[in-house]
This record gives sequence, C-alpha cells and structure tokens, in this order.
Amino acid sequence: MARKSFNMNKVYFTVAAWAVGLLIFFPILWTILTSFKTEAEAIASPPLFLGFDWTLENYAEVQERSDYFRHFWNSVVISLGSTLVGLLIAIPAAWSMAFVPGRRTKDVLMWMLSTKMLPPVGVLVPIYLIFRDTGLLDTRTGLVIVLTLINLPIIVWMLYTYFKEIPGEILEAARMDGAGLWSEIVHVLTPMAVPGIASTLLLNIILAWNEAFWTLNLTAATAAPLTAFIASYSSPEGLFYAKLSAASTMAIAPILVMGWFSQKQLVRGLTFGAVK
Amino acid sequence: MGSINLENVSKSFGETRVIPPLNLDIEEGEFVVFVGPSGCGKSTLLRLIAGLEDVTTGTIHIDGADVTEVRPARRGLAMVFQSYALYPHMSVRKNIAFPLKMAGMDPGEIDQKVDRAASVLNLTDYLERRPGQLSGGQRQRVAIGRAIVRSPKAFLFDEPLSNLDAALRVNMRLEISELHKNLKTTMIYVTHDQIEAMTMADKIVVLQAGVIEQVGSPMELYRSPANLFVAGFIGSPKMNFIEGAEAAARNAKTIGVRPEHLRLSTDSGTWKGTIGVSEHLGSDTFFHVAAEGIGNLTVRAPGEVELSYGDTVFVTPEPDKVYAFDDKGQVVR
Amino acid sequence: MATDHSRLAGRFMISPAVLLLLGWMIVPLSMTIYFSFLNYNLLSPGMEEFIGLTNYEFFLTDPAFFDALGNTLLLVGGVLVITIIGGVGLALLLDQPMWGQGIVRILVIAPFFVMPTVSALVWKNMFMNPVNGLFAHAAKFMGLEPFDFLAHAPLFSIILIVAWQWLPFATLILLTALQSLDKEQLEAAKMDGARKFRRFYYIVLPHLARAITVVILIQTIFLLSVFAEILVTTNGGPGTASTNITYLVYLQSLLQFDVGSGSAGGIVAVVLANIVAFFLMRMIGKNLEA
Repeated sequence: MARKSFNMNKVYFTVAAWAVGLLIFFPILWTILTSFKTEAEAIASPPLFLGFDWTLENYAEVQERSDYFRHFWNSVVISLGSTLVGLLIAIPAAWSMAFVPGRRTKDVLMWMLSTKMLPPVGVLVPIYLIFRDTGLLDTRTGLVIVLTLINLPIIVWMLYTYFKEIPGEILEAARMDGAGLWSEIVHVLTPMAVPGIASTLLLNIILAWNEAFWTLNLTAATAAPLTAFIASYSSPEGLFYAKLSAASTMAIAPILVMGWFSQKQLVRGLTFGAVK
Repeated sequence: MGSINLENVSKSFGETRVIPPLNLDIEEGEFVVFVGPSGCGKSTLLRLIAGLEDVTTGTIHIDGADVTEVRPARRGLAMVFQSYALYPHMSVRKNIAFPLKMAGMDPGEIDQKVDRAASVLNLTDYLERRPGQLSGGQRQRVAIGRAIVRSPKAFLFDEPLSNLDAALRVNMRLEISELHKNLKTTMIYVTHDQIEAMTMADKIVVLQAGVIEQVGSPMELYRSPANLFVAGFIGSPKMNFIEGAEAAARNAKTIGVRPEHLRLSTDSGTWKGTIGVSEHLGSDTFFHVAAEGIGNLTVRAPGEVELSYGDTVFVTPEPDKVYAFDDKGQVVR
Repeated sequence: MATDHSRLAGRFMISPAVLLLLGWMIVPLSMTIYFSFLNYNLLSPGMEEFIGLTNYEFFLTDPAFFDALGNTLLLVGGVLVITIIGGVGLALLLDQPMWGQGIVRILVIAPFFVMPTVSALVWKNMFMNPVNGLFAHAAKFMGLEPFDFLAHAPLFSIILIVAWQWLPFATLILLTALQSLDKEQLEAAKMDGARKFRRFYYIVLPHLARAITVVILIQTIFLLSVFAEILVTTNGGPGTASTNITYLVYLQSLLQFDVGSGSAGGIVAVVLANIVAFFLMRMIGKNLEA
C-alpha cells in the first residue's frame, strides 16, 4: 500500500515537473521550430506547431544577408579572447591568494568582488570617450579589454575556490622535489586544477558571450558580436519571424550546449562560492 | 653525509611563539624521531629543517654548511608527507621521476633510477597507474620512492603512517626501519605515536609546547625519564602517578610506577585495593585497581590471570622501579 | 604559513590582477565624478566649465529621474518576487523523485543561457506582438481582444521577460542549496512528529534562507543594470514608462550627448548599487571566514 502511493507520487511529480519545465523552455522551443518555417507559416493563424514544411532556407538567408558568420566570429574572438587573457592574469593571482595568503588577502578578495558591483553606467561615459579617443571603439580588441576587466573578479574568485581545495602539501612536495615557482604552477598546480580551470573557462565564455551592455554600447558594425547583431533585428518588426528565429537559434545554440555542461559550476561561480 | 645541526632556532607566527630557541644535533646516519602530543611544534620543527618555513632566529647547518637561507629544493633533503602529497595527475612512474626531472637529469638515467627504486619498493607492477588507483600502503611506498630516488642527505617523514590502518602501520614501520638499515641515510621522523618512536628510533626527541623535554635512545627514555611529561608519554600503558602521603614519604611531590612494575597478589602486599575493569589481551592482562589511599592504578599481569570485578587484591611496586618527581615535575634521584 | 621567498612571489603574482582592477575602477570612476561637475556636451566640445552640483540638481529634479527610479525599483522588486517564489517552488518540485529529472533540469535552466537581446526580441515579436504574437493568437482563440503588451503595459512586459531569464538562476541556486540539506535532519523531524508543512517551515526554509539572500543580492546587482531588454523592446517608452536609471543615463550621455548630466546619473546609480553591494559583501565575507 505504502509502496503504491509512493509510485503514484512519483507519477504526479513527473507530470508536474515536465509540464513546468516545458512551459519554461517553450519560448526557446518555439524559436527553434519557427526557424524552420517559411515566413508565411511563421505568422500563420492559428499558429502551426509541427505541421509545416521544414526548411533550412532561413539559415542560408540570414548568413547571406547579414554576414552572420562575421558576427559569430566576433563573438567567438571576444568571449574566448577575454576569457583566456583573464585566466592568464587570474591564475597567478588565485595561486597567490590560495597558497600564500597574507593578512590582507581576504580584503583583496572582497575588494575585487566590489569592482564587479560597480554598475556599468557609472563608467560608461569615460570608457566611451577613452575608446573614442584611442580608436578602440568598435574594435574586438577594445571589447576583449573591457570584458576581461569586468569578468576578472569572477575568474579570480572561481579559481580561488577551486585552488583552495588542492592540498598545500602537494605544492610543498613539489618545492621539496626541486620545482621552482614556475614549475610548481605549470607542472603541478595547473594540471591538478584542470577541472576547476575548465569550468571557470566555460562559465566565463558564457558570461562574455551574452554580455549585452558593453557590446551594445561600444560597437557599431565592424566588431559587433551576436548580441549587437541580433539587436539590429528589432527594427523591421514582425515581418521576418522565421529569419529572426534562425538568427536567434544560431546565436544561442552553442552557449546553450556549453551551459548545460556547466550547470553545477555555474552556481558556485555566480554566487562567488557562497552556495556550493 | 647527513648531519644536521640546529643552533638557537626559534619560530614565531606573528605574535605567538611556537618554538622557543632550541639547539639540536643530529648525527649522520641516525634515525631520529620527534615525538610529542599534537600541537607540540614537532611538525613545525621538521618544516623549519625542510625549509618550508623560515626560522625566526637561529641557524641550521646541514653537513656543516649554513642552509638557513637556502630554498627547500637546494637543501638536498627529501620529505614524505602525511597525506603522501602524490601528484594525482601523474602516473606512479612520473611521480617518482618528478624530482629527477626537476633536477634536469637525462631521461635514460631517470628511467633507470625509477626502475631501481620501484623494484626495491615492490612497485614495478604499478608504475603506469595513477595514485588514485593505489591502496594506502602503495601510495605510501610511492611517496617513499619519490624521496629515495634523489639520494638525499636526509629523509624527513611527517607522520607518514597516520593515514594507514593499524595492521598496515605495523608493516610499514618495519619497512621504513628496514630501509634505514639498508640506506644508512639520516632520517627524521615526526609522530605523535610513542610506539612508533620506541620501535624505530635510534634517538628520540620528546617535545612539548615547542620545548625539547628530553633527548635519548628509546631505552634511556624508558629507563630514566627526565621528568613527569616524558615519564607519562613514553611507555604503554601509561605510568601510574601517585601524589599525597605516599609520595611525601619518599620526599617527592609525585611518584610514578609503570604498570609492568607492579605485582599483584590476593593475600598480601603494600597497597590494598579492589579490581575494577580488566582488559584481557591474552599475552597480558591489564587490571584497573582502585587502591585505598592511593587512587586508581593500572597493573599489568603477564599471561592470563583470572580475577573478577570487585575482588580484593594487594599491589606491590618493585622497589627500584619507583620514580620520584619534585614539585617542578623533575625527576629526583 | 610560508617562507618570505614564497610570500614575495605571491605579492608579485597577484599584482597584475590588482593593478588592472584598480585602474579599471579608479580611472573611469574619477573621470565620471569629474565630468559630473562640468557642463560638458559632446556637441559643443571645448565649452566645458565647472558648474558644481548643477548636474546633480538637474538630474535629480528631472521628472524623468523619478519615473526611472520608480521603474528601477518596480523592475527589481517585481523580478525578485517572481523569481524567488517561483524559484523556491520549482526547486522543491525538482527535488522530488521523478523520471527524467536531469532533462527537466536542463529545460528549466535553458533561459539563463539565452542572450538578453535574443530573449527580448523573441518575447517582443513572437509572443507579445498584438497581431502575430502567440498571446494574441491565444486571446483570439478564446474570443478576447488581443492585448498590446509593450504599448500598454511596457514595464510589466519587461518584468516578465527579465523574470523568465532569471528564474532559472534562482531555481538552480535554491535547488543546489536544497540538495545540500541533510536528509537525516528531515527524518529526525519526521520522527519527532512534524508534518510536511511544518517540516518545510521549520527546517527547509531556514536552510534556504542563506541561499535566498544570496539570490536576492546578486540578482539585485544585475537587475539594477538591465539595459538590453529595454533597448530592444521599448526604448524606454512610451514616454518614460519603461525607462530605468541605467537606460536614462545612456539616453542622456550617448543619445543626447550630455556628458555632465549623464555622469551625474552614473554616480547616482553607483551610490544605489553600493547600498546593495554593502549587504552582499557582508554575506560573502562571512562565508569566507567559515
């Protein structure tokens, strides 16, 4: 009797959870479906769910008309670039804070975090002017610099929480074994921290890929990544649903896949280790 | 090769002094054990010798050369850590080879040395495995392997057996002793376990609160402890301490008798008491006796002795095995 | 616990990160502060002059500022209410035994990975559009008049879009916290005779309190700076109906080229964010000691 009611509960929970899950996911699903319709089918009334002629036409057209891959490439360069530069700066910093903490290490960590809380509009004007005067406006280099800086605190923090879990004895063993600082970090710490570094990399690429304040304000055409490219679809209202959907699907697909892989690390990274 | 001399070495972390200035000489080829309760500074002392911590004052000499300011890697010492500190991302072979690689030795020679060390330590079949796939004892051997390939001037062991289960610990104890007999290299071994100290050491250094209480061979410490602390720390079960009238009668603050130096009798003896809990080990039996006017005593009786809870017994100390301590805890001769 | 040598190396290794962030924080911020005291318009370069607090006076007495402040608070508050209540509910649901839990989790989490401009456009066109949007179709199907969400309830619509993006975040964090709850504690409470609701109230909710606080604080930081969603959907309109402070500053500085007044607004935003940040930092700092 008890067993049976347990199973019934499981059925109810399954139905409820799937219903809610699909509801939340529906806008994305709908976008993906629409991307395979013709423009006429996309605005058909009543709406078509599956009974339409599947076509890849929109994808071809998006690429043709708006040079999708250039923007895609901009997104790749900007997010990957800012992440790698960030890691390069953050790994030594996190090593230092995790393994040779001083009295002020905690303050430094907190201060780094506080820079993340600076609202971007607070520095929008000067950054815009500096970029205009130095020719960094609408360049990928400029965006790499800005995104590196705004995400650096998160990278340092995430790495710090991962490094903290590596026993200091192993690094001391390396020191006893004759490893200098460089060998210690390259041969021992980094390979051991690979999972942590990988998830930091993943999360940061996601954040940089989706960043939509600086990318919108500091680019025009040349260096515009996908965030800005998609925003350009906001003007011709309602006429290009299928193409808008195709462009959107392409813009979110890679990151959706990466995001699903990094679910667990996401929590830790976004809460600065406050929830694990 | 392998003498180590500490002169006026002290260590403070910020305001707190963990080790007041001390002097210690370790002879070449000696097996020295630092023993003491946790927090007594024994590991810190080892880390000072290793160079993993800076001394606050004093100098450290290895083979006559001042190494106080020398980096750990350059001191020519090898260390085995409590957690083994194996590199989890490297195979056993690479773990053992790491110090040689760091020293820039050529790969052919490295392979040779690693193979030799592996055969000594029975690790040949495991060379391609990762540390995660090994048992505790095997990991321990890899850590030792990593230490011996470098042919160091001295080995430093930081509680190396505390993560092993009891049976394995006895085995590894023997292996390390065996290794010392073969290599004849200086070894410094830190433990909180006095049995390890007694069974392995040529020389024991008993530490408490950063202070060296006594230095000597195991039997010296057992036979003539310098003070209450050493008397209580060395020997198992612990020495019985008696205060009050009985001690005053011998002009002492405290007197001490080891459980194995007390005789039990059912009809006559010095102190009268009742049997409490008894622990039968087969080879020995330990009785907890509540003695009148004396307090609780642990008595060791050889073999199987049948006495029951509540039985009245008499306890007699062997006259020349009673230690007397003054009010500062120092032994009175 | 280390040697002077490694401590020195530590300082050296941390300095690039510290110097860069220090530069990032101090240089532009002090420029913003400086600009905020100037009469500085990009259309009339070379005419800059010191005007004291006039920019602040202008910005803070502008009726648009009060609208923007109100909108900012409504946006942050609305999204927080929806995501926290929804997040706790969803986390509890996802923590139950079921088939395909992993897949449901993936479905729920997905919106968080959608870039703001995409989610804003998808909602604007394909759902909220009064002619071709799905909501309009649904209304017609039920015999109702389609509702033009972005024209008649712009702020509410934006709250809905932003909440959809952040609900996964709240759910994921609360679920993680929920799963770290010691199951023996619940069993002990069961043995002590606590019924379901009481177990939730006395054990689960207090356990979640920390995670909820963290979610509130972190979301607030991000929600104060919502920008792309507004830019893409309503451009802050109609009028100032959906303008928040971030958007107002953008409007004044980059669209009206009034650097002085925009900077003053930026500083106001910084002050607001700092109030929230103060509490968040204390939370995280406490955790750092534990």
